[in-house]
Amino acid sequence: MDFGFIFSSAAGELFSPTTAAYALAALGLAVHFGYSGLLNFGQAGFMAVGAYGFAISTLTFKVPFFVGLLIAVICSVAFAFVLGIPTLRLRADYLAIVTIASAEILRYIVTTNQLTGFTGSANGLAAFEGDFFSMNPFPPGTYAGMNNRDFFIRIVGWGLVVVCCTLVWLLMRSPWGRVLKGIREDENAVRSLGKNVYSYKMQALMIGGVLGALSGMIFTLPRGAVQPSNYGTELTFFLWTCLLLGGMATVLGPVIGAMIFWVVLSLTQSLLYGLIESGAVTWLTTVQAGQLRYILVGVALMLLMIFRPQGVFGNKKELAFA
Amino acid sequence: MTEPRDDSHDVKTEEINYMTDSRPIAIGENLPGCKKRDPIVVAENVTRSFGGINAVDVEYLEIPRHKITALIGPNGAGKTTLFNLLTGFDTPNSGEWKFEGSNIAGVSSYKVARMGMVRTFQLTKVMGKLTVMENMRLGAANQPGERLSNALFKGIWGGREKEITAQANILLEKFKLDAKKDDYAASLSGGQRKLLEMARSLMVRPKLVMLDEPMAGVNPALTQSLLDHIKNLKAEGMTVLFVEHDMNMVRHIADWVVVMAEGRIVAEGPPGEVMKNPAVIDAYLGAHHDVDLGDAEGIKELEAELEADEESIVGTENAGIIAPEVVVANLEEEDGK
Repeated sequence: MDFGFIFSSAAGELFSPTTAAYALAALGLAVHFGYSGLLNFGQAGFMAVGAYGFAISTLTFKVPFFVGLLIAVICSVAFAFVLGIPTLRLRADYLAIVTIASAEILRYIVTTNQLTGFTGSANGLAAFEGDFFSMNPFPPGTYAGMNNRDFFIRIVGWGLVVVCCTLVWLLMRSPWGRVLKGIREDENAVRSLGKNVYSYKMQALMIGGVLGALSGMIFTLPRGAVQPSNYGTELTFFLWTCLLLGGMATVLGPVIGAMIFWVVLSLTQSLLYGLIESGAVTWLTTVQAGQLRYILVGVALMLLMIFRPQGVFGNKKELAFA
Repeated sequence: MTEPRDDSHDVKTEEINYMTDSRPIAIGENLPGCKKRDPIVVAENVTRSFGGINAVDVEYLEIPRHKITALIGPNGAGKTTLFNLLTGFDTPNSGEWKFEGSNIAGVSSYKVARMGMVRTFQLTKVMGKLTVMENMRLGAANQPGERLSNALFKGIWGGREKEITAQANILLEKFKLDAKKDDYAASLSGGQRKLLEMARSLMVRPKLVMLDEPMAGVNPALTQSLLDHIKNLKAEGMTVLFVEHDMNMVRHIADWVVVMAEGRIVAEGPPGEVMKNPAVIDAYLGAHHDVDLGDAEGIKELEAELEADEESIVGTENAGIIAPEVVVANLEEEDGK
């Protein structure tokens, strides 16, 4: 086995654009659940809104990149608003049900054949990233072992993660964030102190949703394609895994959680493949190994919940499940 | 402050000392639903039924301003439900009520609180995963940083935050929670949570504080100082309405008592008068309710009463350690210390 390759590919995952996208979306979940107590099981839906909002406005309406970005953000705010109106007055569980269902509804809508002209149906959309990469300030060449295109998307993706983390941190240390944390604990108590709980929950849902939409864009740009199958329910649960790994009511938790998630996936995959190829493991095919690594992530999550329930960064006293 | 020269001018002067104001509270007789000289809350025909049972059926109720009003009654009398209705946490089947002259029936609970009518809960609600200080800060009104548009800029809300923190420190000291201010509220005991909740509601600077069983679970040593705090709220111009089962507290601090039973107001009046009302004694208080066992005089009084009572073993050979001689001797020994 080539351990050098195994570790370098695992290290590559640390700063891959997909990890950045996961970090952003998980940060959105931290705003939702970690800070406000909103159970959003449809973060994949918000990502899809971002990705499709951007892709459709670029391809069908031929708008420039930043207008497309704005449209994607506005769409996610509208999506949050529509989900929030009926559910935020009710208990947290209802939001969970509605979000998981709407994310699926959205995925089925973009897969509909009648809309192929707009959404590309099951094949999705492609070739909308030209505008973005034409803004690349780095001339062709090798940067830290990457071509200029890969380097650019990493800079943008992680730059966005840093900016969003800073914004979320600033928001959460403010009195506004304090009201949100109060709502997470007991919304009736916050209401009795004269705060409009509904409006705060709506704002939090929108902010987390916008983070999801931005993440959707970072997720699709390097691929140059959006496909509905990428935005299934399992994506939402991977994001929850990242959030729980890192720690819920923290800013860095989701980022580190996303890194751990991808590094563990990459390491287990390379190790298993290496073992299979070297003949040490004969009872497993490479296809099975691909599935097994998700099982291992699940086991890791279970162990974490048992032995360090607050996540890597979380404060044990702030345990959400206590 | 100059003393009014003559009593007839007293009503006109702005500077009324609410602690010693002894003008009659009600207009006319002290009957259930009577009109008050200066009501802060007026409720009319408020009803709420839970599946056939009328939990609250209040025909007319006025809460006097700048007074401490106690709402008492047996369990299930509808006291807490009435609280919930008045503060917008529950919707009545019918009824209207006004707070300071403006109609607030159907107004959402957070708006009611902003108008200055703030409540606490029977099942204490503190934010366990916030520190005591953060709990207090959360109560404060007019913090511009609670708007999303200002939240990012500490320059806008930092100044107000300092004022809030100073206000919170004063209150925490009064409620003997200052040593706990950096602890998570979840680490407080039940009684301390009650105190925190009350202190937090005062952060709003309310006009009317509605306390749901403020003394439940608070230790006796603290009760006295807490009673003084509640009395002092009056001096600060606040009105207090509280639900309580502790009759000593009611007797000590309440200016006015409203008795509820089965959802209706059955009696109203100053504490001394209401507690002599035979209907109230039968329905709720029970005999010997007016003896305060918290002090030596009360115990002697009760011993004397029991001695006269034929059904009691006090005064017979079987009295043992509850015989007057033993109890009084113990008390004198304690007093001597």
